[in-house]
This record gives sequence, C-alpha cells and structure tokens, in this order.
Amino acid sequence: MEKMSRVTTALGGSVLTGRTMHCHLDAPANAISVCRDAAQVVVAGRSIFKIYAIEEEQFVEKLNLRVGRKPSLNLSCADVVWHQMDENLLATAATNGVVVTWNLGRPSRNKQDQLFTEHKRTVNKVCFHPTEAHVLLSGSQDGFMKCFDLRRKDSVSTFSGQSESVRDVQFSIRDYFTFASTFENGNVQLWDIRRPDRCERMFTAHNGPVFCCDWHPEDRGWLATGGRDKMVKVWDMATHRAKEVHCVQTIASVARVKWRPECRHHLATCSMMVDHNVYVWDVRRPFVPAAMFEEHRDVTTGIAWRHPHDPSFLLSGSKDSTLYQHLFRDASQPVERANPEGLCYGLFGDLAFAAKESLVATESGRKPYAGDRRHPIFFKRKLDPAEPFAGLASSALNVFEIEPGSGSMSWFVDTAERYALAGRPLAELCDHNAKVARELGRNQVAQTWTMLRIIYCSPGLVPTTNLNHSMGKGSSCGLPLMNSFNLKDMAPGLGSETRLDRSKGDTRSDTVLLDSSATLITNEDNEETEGSDVPTDYLLGDVEGEDDELYLLDPEHAHSEEPEYVLPQEAFPLRHEIVDTPPGPEHLQDKADSPHVSGSEADAASLVPVDSSFSLISVSHALCDSRLPPDFFSALVCDMLRFYAEQGDVQMAVSVLIVLGERVRKDIDEQTQEHWYTSYIDLLQRFCLWNVSNQVVKLSTSRAISCLNQASTTLHVNCSHCKRPMSSRGWVCDRCRRCASMCAVCHHVVKGLFVWCQGCSHGGHLQHIMKWLEGSSHCPAGCGHLCEYS
Amino acid sequence: MNRGGSSPSAAASYLLCTNCRKVLRKDKRIRVSQPLTRGPSAFIPEKEVVQANTVDERTNFLVEEYSTSGRLDNITQVMSLHTQYLESFLRSQFYMLRMDGPLPLPHRHYIAIMAAARHQCSYLINMHVDEFLKTGGIAEWLNGLQYVPQRLKNLNEINKLLAHRPWLITKEHIQKLVKTGENNWSLPELVHAVVLLAHYHALASFVFGSGINPERDPEISNGFRLIPVNNFCVCDLANDNNIENASLTGSNFGIVDSLSELEALMERMKRLQEEREDEEASQEEMTTRFEKEKKESLFVVSGDTFHSFPHSDFEDDMIITSDVSRYIEDPGFGYEDFARRGEEHLPTFRAQDYTWENHGFSLVNRLYSDIGHLLDEKFRMVYNLTYNTMATHEDVDTTMLRRALFNYVHCMFGIRYDDYDYGEVNQLLERSLKVYIKTVTCYPERTTKRMYDSYWRQFKHSEKVHVNLLLMEARMQAELLYALRAITRHLT
Repeated sequence: MEKMSRVTTALGGSVLTGRTMHCHLDAPANAISVCRDAAQVVVAGRSIFKIYAIEEEQFVEKLNLRVGRKPSLNLSCADVVWHQMDENLLATAATNGVVVTWNLGRPSRNKQDQLFTEHKRTVNKVCFHPTEAHVLLSGSQDGFMKCFDLRRKDSVSTFSGQSESVRDVQFSIRDYFTFASTFENGNVQLWDIRRPDRCERMFTAHNGPVFCCDWHPEDRGWLATGGRDKMVKVWDMATHRAKEVHCVQTIASVARVKWRPECRHHLATCSMMVDHNVYVWDVRRPFVPAAMFEEHRDVTTGIAWRHPHDPSFLLSGSKDSTLYQHLFRDASQPVERANPEGLCYGLFGDLAFAAKESLVATESGRKPYAGDRRHPIFFKRKLDPAEPFAGLASSALNVFEIEPGSGSMSWFVDTAERYALAGRPLAELCDHNAKVARELGRNQVAQTWTMLRIIYCSPGLVPTTNLNHSMGKGSSCGLPLMNSFNLKDMAPGLGSETRLDRSKGDTRSDTVLLDSSATLITNEDNEETEGSDVPTDYLLGDVEGEDDELYLLDPEHAHSEEPEYVLPQEAFPLRHEIVDTPPGPEHLQDKADSPHVSGSEADAASLVPVDSSFSLISVSHALCDSRLPPDFFSALVCDMLRFYAEQGDVQMAVSVLIVLGERVRKDIDEQTQEHWYTSYIDLLQRFCLWNVSNQVVKLSTSRAISCLNQASTTLHVNCSHCKRPMSSRGWVCDRCRRCASMCAVCHHVVKGLFVWCQGCSHGGHLQHIMKWLEGSSHCPAGCGHLCEYS
Repeated sequence: MNRGGSSPSAAASYLLCTNCRKVLRKDKRIRVSQPLTRGPSAFIPEKEVVQANTVDERTNFLVEEYSTSGRLDNITQVMSLHTQYLESFLRSQFYMLRMDGPLPLPHRHYIAIMAAARHQCSYLINMHVDEFLKTGGIAEWLNGLQYVPQRLKNLNEINKLLAHRPWLITKEHIQKLVKTGENNWSLPELVHAVVLLAHYHALASFVFGSGINPERDPEISNGFRLIPVNNFCVCDLANDNNIENASLTGSNFGIVDSLSELEALMERMKRLQEEREDEEASQEEMTTRFEKEKKESLFVVSGDTFHSFPHSDFEDDMIITSDVSRYIEDPGFGYEDFARRGEEHLPTFRAQDYTWENHGFSLVNRLYSDIGHLLDEKFRMVYNLTYNTMATHEDVDTTMLRRALFNYVHCMFGIRYDDYDYGEVNQLLERSLKVYIKTVTCYPERTTKRMYDSYWRQFKHSEKVHVNLLLMEARMQAELLYALRAITRHLT
C-alpha cells in the first residue's frame, strides 16, 4: 500500500496512471463494475450504490444513485454491471428479484430508468450484451434466465435451466448469440439467445454450486468457472464436448473469476468465505498463485480489471467497506517465497531430488533422471515449447539409487540378535560381542569391544589363556586399531596411546561390583530404589489384586474374534523386575572411595615411550599394579560412543552404553542417551526385532525409555456373551450381568491373571491350571482337548 | 400432583395440560387412567407407521448401516414414512456421532444430552445417556453439569442461546470459547459442537411435534435414565387414536368444514400463483408484510392458554423436569419473540447476506470436513421433497406451501428473505397451523396432540410428518446460520 510506485500505460491514445490506493465506502460492497472509459467505477451493495471517479491519487465520489428518504429493496443490489458500449447505462440486480436499469443521462436526481419485476427470487447476476446496446440478461435464484430488450417494458424471452438456481450468466464475447449460465447444482449450460426452448449444451462442471464464470477475452472457446468446491476450471468449449483444459485448486470457495487482459493464461479470483485475498493465477501453474493482493480485511466481493487492455490495474470491492485499486507491480508473489527444491525418500531407500535446472546444472557429474523402467511413471508433463512459462517451470529431477546390497541391513539384524547385553560379567559380554562383530566382518567394532574389555576389566580376572588368546589376536591387529583411533580424532597423538596403555592397569576387584550394577537386578539396587521411586502401579500382581484390570483377558472373546491370534509366550512371565532409576550417585561414590581405585600412583608408569612395535601384553604386565580409575577413560569412551552414533551406528553406541552401564553413563547427558535409545529402538522395531527392542527398553536406564514398555499395557476385553466392551470391571459384564471369565478348575471368577488354552479356549487361574496340567493332560473343562502348558 | 385421586403413576409420567388441571381441580375425584399408547408415535395411529414400515426393506438397510444404537427406534420409524429423507438424515447424524470428527465420542453424546435437555426431551436424553455410557463416557458426568469438565460447561451459554434465542449469539461468545486458555475450544471442535447442538435442538422439535413415544425398552440399566415424562396430556391420549375416526364420522369436526378448508387452501394457492404475474406489491408494503408477520407471530400464543395462567401452575412441571435440569443452567431461559424486543431493535438477519449455500456451507465444511455436504444434501432434500399430493388431491405443486413453512420458521427467528412476499404466509398458513409451528419450533415441549390434530385435518399423517421435517430442518438451519455467522465474524 505504501509502495508509491506509479504506472503509466499508454493504450491507444488514452493513458492510465495510478497507484495502489483505496477509499472507504459507507457500507459493504456486493459488486463492482467499471465504466468503459476506465475512469469510473460503480460500487453496489445492500445499502450502497455509488459511482467513484478513479483519479491518479485517489477515488473521488462522483454520484450517489441511492436516493430517496427510505430506499426500497430495489436498491439492495446483489450485482451491478456497466454497459461496455454506453457510458450512461447501468443495470443492477436486486435481492428481491427486481432488475433495474439506470440512465446516467437523466437530468433528474433519480437516475432510475426501468424496472423489471419478473423474477420471483433474488436475481444473482445481470449481464449486458457486449456489442448490442439494448440487450440485458439476468439470472435468478428461481432458476430462470431472462433476456430483456431495454426498449420494451418486459422480457423478450425466458430461459428455464430446468435445474436449480442460476448463479451467473455471461454473454460470450466472441459469439454473438451465445451465453453461458452456471447453476447451484454444479451445471453449466450454453444457450443460444434465439432459442429459449432448450439449451445448446449442458455439462456438470463442479461439485456443488458454480458461483461464477468468465469467457476468455481472446480465446473464443475458453470459459473459466469457479465453484464452491474451491476450484477454478477452464473449459474448452470449441470442441464437441466441453473439455477441461486447466484446473486451479484454491483454498476457499471461488466467488468471482476474471481473466486478466493481455495475459492469455492469467485470471483473477476472489473467494466467497474465509479467505480475503485476491489472487491472480497462471492457469498452467495451478498450485501457486502468480500474484496475491492482501489488502482487504473481509471477503472480497467484487473484482474488475480497470481497462480491457491493461493488465496492471485491478479494482476490488469488499465486505470490509473498502474499494481498492491494486497495482500488479505491488502484488506479493508467493512464488518467490516458495521453496524451489523438493526432496523425497522412496520406499526402498532411493532418494529423489528436484530443483530448478539452473541450480542443478552447476553441479557436474550428475545426469538428470530420465525415468527408470523399474518405477512406473505416474504422470509426466508434456512441455509446450510455445509456453513462455515452460522455461521457468522446468526443473531437473535427480534420483539417487541405493546400490543393490549396500542397503542390506542384515549385519544390523544379526548383530542385534546375537549381542549379549547383560546377564554375564562385563568381560564375557565384551568378548562375546567382539566375537559376534568379528564373525560378521566388522573388525573395527570387534576391536572396540576388545578395547573396552581391556579398559574396564582387570586382566587378573580373566583367565590368562583367554587373555593371551585375545591379546594375541589383538596384537596382530593392534596397529590398525591405533591408526583408526587416530583417524577418528578421538584423542590426538601421544595422549591417546598413553591412555590406552594405562587401560591395562585397570582395577581388579572392581569388576564384580560393576557387573552387578550393570545388570541392575541385585537386591542392593532394589533396596536403594524401592522406597522412593518405584511407582506402585507398575507392580503387577498375579493374584487377585487391585491392578487386575491391567491384565484381564477374556479367552472366549479373543478366541471367537481372532481365532488365529496367538499370544506370545512373553505375556505370561509373572513379573519382570521394574527397576526405575539407575543406582544413583551413591554407587559412584562407592567406587571412588574404594581403596582399590586410586589413579595417582600410576601416573609415572604410564609414560612409556611409544614405538611402533611395542607389545600390548608387555605393557599390560608392566602396568599390572598401577590402578587407574575407570573414570579416567570415560571421556575417551564417550567420545567413541558419540563417534559411532554420528556414523549412524547407533546400535554400537547403545550396546556399549548398556554393557558398560554405570561406568560411562554419567558422562553422557541424559538427552543424548535418550535420543540414542529411541533411535535404536525405532530401528529395531522397523526390523521387527521386538524381543531385542524390549530387552533394550528394559535394560535402559533412562526413565523416559524404560517407561516405554509400561505404557499401553491395558488390555480391553469384551464380554463373551453380549460382545460389548466391559468398561468398568474386567470380569463382570455390566450389560448382561454375567461373569465373563470363569476358572475351569475352581469355577470361580478369575479376577487376576487368566491363562487359557489356545486350542480349546478354556482356562482359569494360572496356579490352578498349572496344577491341573501337572496331573492331567486333558482340558479341565472336560472338552476333551489335550491342552499343553509351556 | 397427587391432589385429587389421579393415579400417581399417571401423574408421574404424564404432564397435565392446563385445561385438564383446571378440570381436575374442580372435580377432585376424577380418575385418569394411563392410556395405552402403542406404536412409535402418540399422535399417529400405529397402523399408519407400521404399514409403511413392513414393506420397506430400504429402511432396515439404512438402520443397519447408520444407526448408532443398532435398532429401529421410534424416530426412525416415523421418519421412514419419507425414506428418501431418512437416508440423508441418518447419514448426517451418523457422521456427526460416529465418524471422524474433532470431538471424542462420549463428548458428542454428552453435547446431545445437553441440547435435548434444553427442551426437556427425555426421549433423546435417555437415548444418549445409553450411548454416552456405551462409548466409554464417565458415568459421573451424568449427575449433572457441575460434574463435567469446565470446558463442556462453557458450552452451556451457547447451548442456551442457540436453543431459544439464536439471534443473540455474537462473536464475543465465540471469542470467549476459543480464547486460548486452559479450557479453550478449537474452532473445528466448536463447529462440531454447534452442529450437534443445532441438530439435537431441532430433533427435539421433531420428537415433540410428532409425539414420539418413549422407547419400549424395559431394561433400565443404570440410574441415569430419566423417567419418561410423556409430554402429552392425558386428555389428548385418552381419545388416543380415535381422532381420525372422529373427524371422519363428523361428530367432532364438521367434515364439510375441513373439506372446504382444504379446497380453500388449494384455491388460495392457485390464486397466489396467478396473481404473482400481475399483482405488484410496493417495496414498502413488502417490508411491512414481513414486520406484520413477525409481529403477528407474537400473538400466536403457543401452549394453549399459557399466558393466562399464573406462574405457580408450572411449578409442577419444574419439579418433574428437575431430573432434566441437571444438564442445563438457567432453565427459565426460553424463547422470546424476536419481534417483541422492538425497543432494542435487533437488526433483522438478511438471508441474502449470509446464506447457507454460499457462506454457511463453506465455513462448516472448512472446519469440519464433509459435514457440509451431508447437511447440504439434507436441507436440499427436505426442501425439495414432494409427492405432488395434497391430502386427496394429486398433481399439486406444493412448492409454495413448503416455502411458506420454511420461511415462516425463519421469520420467527428474525431471518428475512428479500425476495419473499410474507403476505403468502398469511394466506397459506391458517392460524391453527401457525400455533402448531410456533409451538413446535419455539417451545416444542408444549406441543399437544390437540394442536397436532387441529390443523389440516384432511391431510395424511405422512404429510404432517413432512411438515415436521420441514420445521425441524428450517430450525436447524436458522440456528446454524446465526452460529456460523458469529464464527465468521470472529474470524474476520
């Protein structure tokens, strides 16, 4: 608005100048129309009917046509149109069904000329013949269109649409006798003005009312229609059947549509509701408006191009009681704000990337994607060389394919399945995992595990043969390992090696303690946490307890609905230890205070000169007595974990985290850990490794993660008799007042854990069934089924 | 209520119309036995509905497809007289109760209960109490409004206004609800709620207007069911379904009278149609006609002789309905004639400025997708439904009559069509019909069988049901228009 740009256009003698400007009207506008001299505009609404002169700097009110003390409903205008041949002639459509013509040449104050009261309902639209001086057409809510000759008192002919209300009528600009009408039920009809008996052609254009239509000013066959279904469609009527040539999807129902002069593919739209902007679209680019005018504060009700040959001035009237002149130059262009690149992953890991050709061309060595026989091509746009737009819109599509095999994640699955994460001493875990990694050909990972073992397990605890064995192997590839560490920038130069050296002098008797904390199931731990943190809700009772709702199973229902459904065996272990918080800092304190752990003595010994042939074993023996705190390495280990995570091997990061447990956890912030855990669990679940993922969840120490397998543990059951959900209690149905789950052995209601045979669907209290099946292999219900309990 | 010897059971389950109460007071020994009401409606003889029903496979199919309760309830049975309409009705109802929508299922039913409670429609309340529990609603909420979350409670104001004086809804009401805060409503949720409220207000009109009987469902599964308060006075029900016979034999109403009534109506319609061409009312006159109709609706007093009775006579009603009132606040708030507040002079709602087709639809569909299409189809269906018959006559164009009914309802809510000559209403709708329309749309709980019977005596029951459908949809549309206009204003 504030942009003061000024445009001057020379159009065959007359010169249009102006800027973006507006003026306040007294009342909401319903429609506007421009005089053919492009210097005046008429605004009509329920309580306004005025003519404004468009001057260079402002609108000037020129004439108020709404005269009389108590204006009648005839002046409540739904539409207004200015004759394009005669500057003095206007027509309005009133909401009460009257069509009024106005002659500005009349000398009196009241310019009203003729009154046609033939329509029974609101007249939605009036339209003058583009070349004929006296022909006026109207379309009304009552479903009729009427053609008036202004020299006569009443209509010349009446056209019955035979469908619902008429929303718009427009004379064809090129065909003298043709006009189009649009209807509330979605139809568009084409009429010959000489043949009122039936329409020439009819087709369904939109789903729901078609609010507006506009003939293309140059292309004789093109008709644009806009509907409540938020679409603007361009139809080619020149062919035998009306053919949809373009379709623009807008965000709100389309109230008006007007072709832009001198721009073959541009049209302006405004919407009926919600959206207040005026858009100019290039119909060939139906997703982004070419220009957008955002000045109005309420819905725009009327739009008009100021001059039939000037594409830069657009006038609009709105419910917010303003009249605007928009300058095309001042419009905002959403295209410029749009992201010109697109990126998408395919199902099998392929990556497609589209960008403007000019952008991509600068990068060499990449040939544009030319389609692939593997993929069906869903749609391909034909480029029309004649379109000036084509160059702009053309973009290059690159598809990056994954090499066959490289995408295989079998190593991931194998590793996940075979890794041991808990339940054994740390040294064994490390050895086991190293072995797994080596067998899968992931030597670096294997080395890492070995290193970890060396760092955290005192060599004295490991049987010497074992140690020698691993060391022997280790020494053979010790050098590459060093190299790889250096490459990774984990710790530069000498320092890293010296620290590595120290690792052999790790504490001896600590291991037991550390292992116990890693597995997290020691009594000690439980005692530490029980009082404070373990929420009682999570304790699942196996007998009739308060929590039985959690574990109610209705055998018959589950059986009848999903006979194939097999409950995994895991559903039955009675409890799993729920240890919420990792053993707290007290534990660490223990370690620090432990007499075995003191780093200071060993410092001097660690400064062994490095040479390429030095033996790990010898070093380790040399340092055997020096005890370094494990904390000493934790920074290094953490760096390593981060490195793996960044490399995309979150599996390694999480596995090490779990195996080492307490030893490193404190050095990595909670959020990062959580992030790793969630990524790893997500990956595991994608590969359907449910068991592993559950194990990881269980072993995780982060609260946010470990609560994952405590969420949605409710099992909803339906009554076996009436099939309604049992909402309040799980064992009695509210509706049929029957107990749904009876124990087959004791014939009492089972309120807690219910176990049932998947073969015959009989079952009962867990203990009862267990006891029963010890003595007999037949079903306790007497159905003859040979039940199995495993 | 127990004064006199009237049996307690009857007193408990039936309201007494003021007339009868007067009589009762005079003759204290009068004994009113509970009449047997059979069939889905107390107004319509069972055989009328059932006959139509047994043949109709389509209805059963529809019920299976769209009914939430899974059974053929009385409303459906009565509506099945117009199967075409029934389909769009059930579809939209099913959509707003069961399909994807912003509100959780139990909330939807609770809102339905709140809406029905505004008109003390125990039939709908019972129905939705069941559904509410079935969909997992919290039983405690059924103890009353003070037990529900503040968010639902906030809906109360808009429920009240929408039910009785929708023209008072302003964008401030909407703002208050959507204002960010702890208990705010999102716009889609609000639109969903508004659609539900309007639907159930209107449906309450239909239930009372067609005298829908309580479901014959002996099972009272929970304490929240209301005692079915049948709204029909015993005097209406005592002569149960005999009214038709009575009118046919001419003992009560002159058959000649009612026949000539019909003829006269046909005559007037024809005349109006012809007149249209030559008669031309001036604009001023059109305006005055609307004002006149608006004003006149003032004097169309519903509920028989409601105003002549001191308020104390209605205390009994209040006691009976206290069960219902736990779902509402401000139970005294009721319809007030639009025209009466001439002093404040609320602006008339110009139908052309905010139409359902142009504006309402777009907004509602934007915020609560697809409901617009369903409602649109329903409105269209009811407006265009015709069998081209009037009582015994065939090949009649009833457009005029339908439009008069529709616009008259809107007129009472202050919605004016510029292109409608309200003089037609006066010509086409006789006084007894106007009384009925006003009662059904504004105070449905006061509808009596007598009112139902007293208009259009020659017409078939199915035609009267058609009238009820028109009234219901017109009312729903009026409420929606006001509410959606307020939302639009809030948005701009």
